[in-house]
Amino acid sequence: MITRKRLATGACALLVALTAALLPTSASADEPAAKESPKVELVLDVSGSMRARDIDGKSRMSAAKQAFNEVLDAVPEEVRLGIRTLGADYPGNDRKRGCKDTRQLYPVGPLDRTEAKTAVATLAPTGWTPIGPALLGAADDLGEDGATKRIVLITDGEDTCAPLDPCQVAREIAAKGIHLVIDTLGLVPDAKTRQQLTCIAEATGGTYTSIHRTEELSRRVRQLVDRAADPVVTPVATEGARRCADAPQLKPGLYTDRETFGEHRWYRVDLLPGQELRASVSISADRAVNDDYGVLLRAVTRSGREIVRGSEAGDGRTDVISTGLRYPKPEAEDADEDGKPAAETVCLQVSNSFSAPPAVKTTPGMPVELTVDIVDGPASASDVASFGLGRGWWLLGALVLAGFLAGLIWGWLSRWRLAVWRTH
Amino acid sequence: MRTVRMLAAAALAGAALLGPAAPGALADTPTPSATAGEEAGPTEAGTTFRTAAPFRPGQEATAQAATGDYLYWVFPADTGERPTVRATVTLPESSLRHGSATWRVDVYDGLRRRQACMYGAQSRTAPQAASSLELACVLRPVRAAADAWANDPLPGSYFVRLTVTGLPEEDLGQPFSARIGVDVSDRGGAYAADGALAAPLVPGATTAELAETEEEAGRRTAVEAAAPEDGWSSGWWSDRWIWTAAGGVLAALAGIGGYALTRGSGRPPRVPPAV
Repeated sequence: MITRKRLATGACALLVALTAALLPTSASADEPAAKESPKVELVLDVSGSMRARDIDGKSRMSAAKQAFNEVLDAVPEEVRLGIRTLGADYPGNDRKRGCKDTRQLYPVGPLDRTEAKTAVATLAPTGWTPIGPALLGAADDLGEDGATKRIVLITDGEDTCAPLDPCQVAREIAAKGIHLVIDTLGLVPDAKTRQQLTCIAEATGGTYTSIHRTEELSRRVRQLVDRAADPVVTPVATEGARRCADAPQLKPGLYTDRETFGEHRWYRVDLLPGQELRASVSISADRAVNDDYGVLLRAVTRSGREIVRGSEAGDGRTDVISTGLRYPKPEAEDADEDGKPAAETVCLQVSNSFSAPPAVKTTPGMPVELTVDIVDGPASASDVASFGLGRGWWLLGALVLAGFLAGLIWGWLSRWRLAVWRTH
Repeated sequence: MRTVRMLAAAALAGAALLGPAAPGALADTPTPSATAGEEAGPTEAGTTFRTAAPFRPGQEATAQAATGDYLYWVFPADTGERPTVRATVTLPESSLRHGSATWRVDVYDGLRRRQACMYGAQSRTAPQAASSLELACVLRPVRAAADAWANDPLPGSYFVRLTVTGLPEEDLGQPFSARIGVDVSDRGGAYAADGALAAPLVPGATTAELAETEEEAGRRTAVEAAAPEDGWSSGWWSDRWIWTAAGGVLAALAGIGGYALTRGSGRPPRVPPAV
């Protein structure tokens, strides 16, 4: 394998330079590119209900404050952290004003622990629970740069500011393609709160936790902040077309897109002879979907012949459904005079068979994650078995029998020849 | 590639005849292990394919999470191995739970294709009183190569996803902990297929040219980063070499035996003692 690599490089030094220049994304496909440090915004509910004393005998607010102090002490250096409150300022009954009551307590940026702690200490349970506006505000605070972003929402009640559905807000924030995940924590949640918070988490690929103890809260928030610090590859947003001819050209790398129910999306990949295309696709169920679903990924030639497909179906609760395919393109039989064989355009079609109850909104589409890798082609097999070698007692028996018979015949032959030679 | 393999085959045929003990040591590529040292597995799990926490067979990966989370890990499996994934879930306190919960472990290959389990309880339902749950999945043996149209397990990364698939809704979000381990058993040459992938099924694998530029830049390639402890095997070794060589030797012995049988003991009776 190594010998082959060397040979290939030697022969195609020019090609190397060319491809390296052309494919910057793939060169850094597995390494996190030098990029901005991750951002986290903690969104804390400071509504009146936080006064309830049902977490370890203390009020929800003091549990949250204690947890925040511990979390602020343990925030990794590279994380830029901000804090936003909801329902902290307006104690009155005017719904309109109460539903605008969200503000940034500590700006997203390098953390000054004492300052942040002092800011948190001033909070007292006050007003309404405008989750939707708070999420929008948090998304604004985090900005739209390439950093990974995480919102940690800590609340004890459902949104009191209908008709703005926080779940839909979350889905729309996620659909902006700004790599944002919302994790939700419910303090002693009731059924409606739980439903809303799981919905928000599901919509952005985040997690939902119900909290009954202070230590659980601080441990979980710390874990979520640490998770934000983990370096991950951020995918590139792309938009598949309805037909292969209009499809975007993809280089090796990681891509995201959105696809609604029953939609097909096409992408194109160029493949040289002797290379292997590997593609995989994951479609996230970011909303309530019906129980049975599936995904289909097809590699099709430009003229419409299907080369290979990957498909998967499933049922029940799931986060994603994914499948993949690989297509090794054989070496060209006759190498061109100019030395560089023509690349084949492979069309990739992604389709899904998700369906949803009528009450569920179909836009924006479900998140699609597409990976494209191009590697050298596999060594062709001349036989089913490795090198055509044999194995097992039948093989030994057959060989022994053949050897024995050969020996016997050889012996008889030589005896006969000896006898003939003697008599003459 | 092919030529290299043939040369290796020729060299090995000699080696197998001369010293049957040697090939075991030859079985692996001389690629040095890039990340040795960390014996304990990861203590956190990922939440997507992209963030899956890597661990190696033999290590134990642990995680603490909330019911309803989807936990992802990734481990390498090489040609000829049959991985067994075992998961132990320590359930939330039974006083907090409202009913039975069904847990499930799924295994996906490097192309995110779901892999079938030959044996093992991949999914189990824990009654409300249970405090823990064990899941297992025995994968098919990993082959060196397969048709592009087949779903056979190939050397590369394998993703493990652990989650709860059915539970009363009020039980979502409760703390649980999970332990994941993978044992591999060597299935010998019975599954040794001809052909080989140029690069194992590792997400982010690239062509040799690009890999080389990565190396020059001083970065580990995705393939190296995801390799098992002693690197990816080149895949040409299997015990078929021993069987075939042993068959050859036995055939030769049987041939000598057959020949000797026709000669009888001493000279043939009809030949005069001296000429």
